[in-house]
Amino acid sequence: MKMCLAIPMEIIEINGNEAVAEAGGIRKEVRLDLIESAKIGDFILIHTGYAIERLDPAEARETLELIKQVYRAGMTGKAGLPDDRE
Amino acid sequence: MTENDYVSILGSFHDPAVAAVLAERLAGITLPCPLALMHVCGTHEHSIAKTGIRSMLPAGMRLIAGPGCPVCVCPAADIDLAVQAARRADTIVATFGDMFRVPSGDTSLEMMKADGCDVRVVYSPLDAVRIAAENRDREVVFMAVGFETTAGPIAASIMAGVPANFSIIPSMRLVPPALEFLLENGRESIDGFILPGHVSTVLGRRGYSFLEEDHGVPAVISGFEPVDILRGIIDLTENILAGPPFTVLNLYRRVVSEEGNARARRLIYEVFEPSPSNWRGIGQIKNSGLALRAEYAGVDAVRRLSLVPSPDAEDVRPGCICHKVILGESEPEQCPLFGTGCTPRRPHGPCMVSSEGTCRARYQYRPPGDMY
Repeated sequence: MKMCLAIPMEIIEINGNEAVAEAGGIRKEVRLDLIESAKIGDFILIHTGYAIERLDPAEARETLELIKQVYRAGMTGKAGLPDDRE
Repeated sequence: MTENDYVSILGSFHDPAVAAVLAERLAGITLPCPLALMHVCGTHEHSIAKTGIRSMLPAGMRLIAGPGCPVCVCPAADIDLAVQAARRADTIVATFGDMFRVPSGDTSLEMMKADGCDVRVVYSPLDAVRIAAENRDREVVFMAVGFETTAGPIAASIMAGVPANFSIIPSMRLVPPALEFLLENGRESIDGFILPGHVSTVLGRRGYSFLEEDHGVPAVISGFEPVDILRGIIDLTENILAGPPFTVLNLYRRVVSEEGNARARRLIYEVFEPSPSNWRGIGQIKNSGLALRAEYAGVDAVRRLSLVPSPDAEDVRPGCICHKVILGESEPEQCPLFGTGCTPRRPHGPCMVSSEGTCRARYQYRPPGDMY
């Protein structure tokens, strides 16, 4: 078991401080004590049975965009390779 | 957004084509002088060893695995407390799997279980609380090891209410005091830190402002995918080469905010207070541990079961260089026991036990055919 690993899952059911989260068809009970106002459809990071943070899809996209800029810069001018991978 | 969209976004963080371009850019950087970067996260080490990122570094750059594995820095004296608890016929010891095989002197919780003691591996502190509720006639002791990320769930479990027969051995450690200690006392000169992604969800970027304000050391908060780590190393290096101002850059904003998780910190400090703490291989670091507050003294297994801390528990067994590996002073491959007298199945030192341990990661992802 990897103690420090945190897994992203989607909340599909909430009962007070407890929720059911799902990823890739696997369902798991999770406690919500450590995050504010969680709602169904939120993506959360789970560690030792607790949601420890919400994942922000907009920030994920933005970081990816930043990374892709580097990717594009690296690809520019290379013969035979596409200059983007959108 | 659907789960599929989400999986697709996250999947891009380990896109090999994107990673290849980042690796090329990294390798193309010319360093005017040698640089030492340190990460302090076992999951980073795991990912770096798995993807071979060290082989992509520019000439003159060293990527040091710092004290980022809570299991590895847990001193033998703390494990000895759990061993003492396990010896009692009326007691069940619950532990995370990572701690199960860590040696304390000539024994470990695994060996205690083999000897007939009741030691159970749990995934969550809640499992330990449940075991206590189902075994009211016995004491249940949870070995509470972890950094900030794990301290939150442990505090929340205690705050939610625990049975009278439940207690913990507090052995949690905090990352920022260790970073300060390394900067002030470490033998290695560190040019920049790669900060642990999930500890940072609790602390927020602001939790590291002392690095830029007091020490003028640049740092980057990074996720765990290859693309995250490569981008983190590139940006950190560019900050170092550009010169001051040195900043703490957050490249893991999809889960780490500026302020961090205030609710988790509030729960942690309602149950615990900072205390001096011993780190295996390092020694005592002020304010780097978490002791139970007086209101929660009843949950302290050391008091409850009159466990006696052993001052001479052996942190460094003969032949072991884990203490040097933890500080980045030696590489695992320099240890004569690596892969022969010390393997994941029969670990001699703590860094070979947890999947977060530097030796374990290097052993698991050693070059093919390299059998030692």
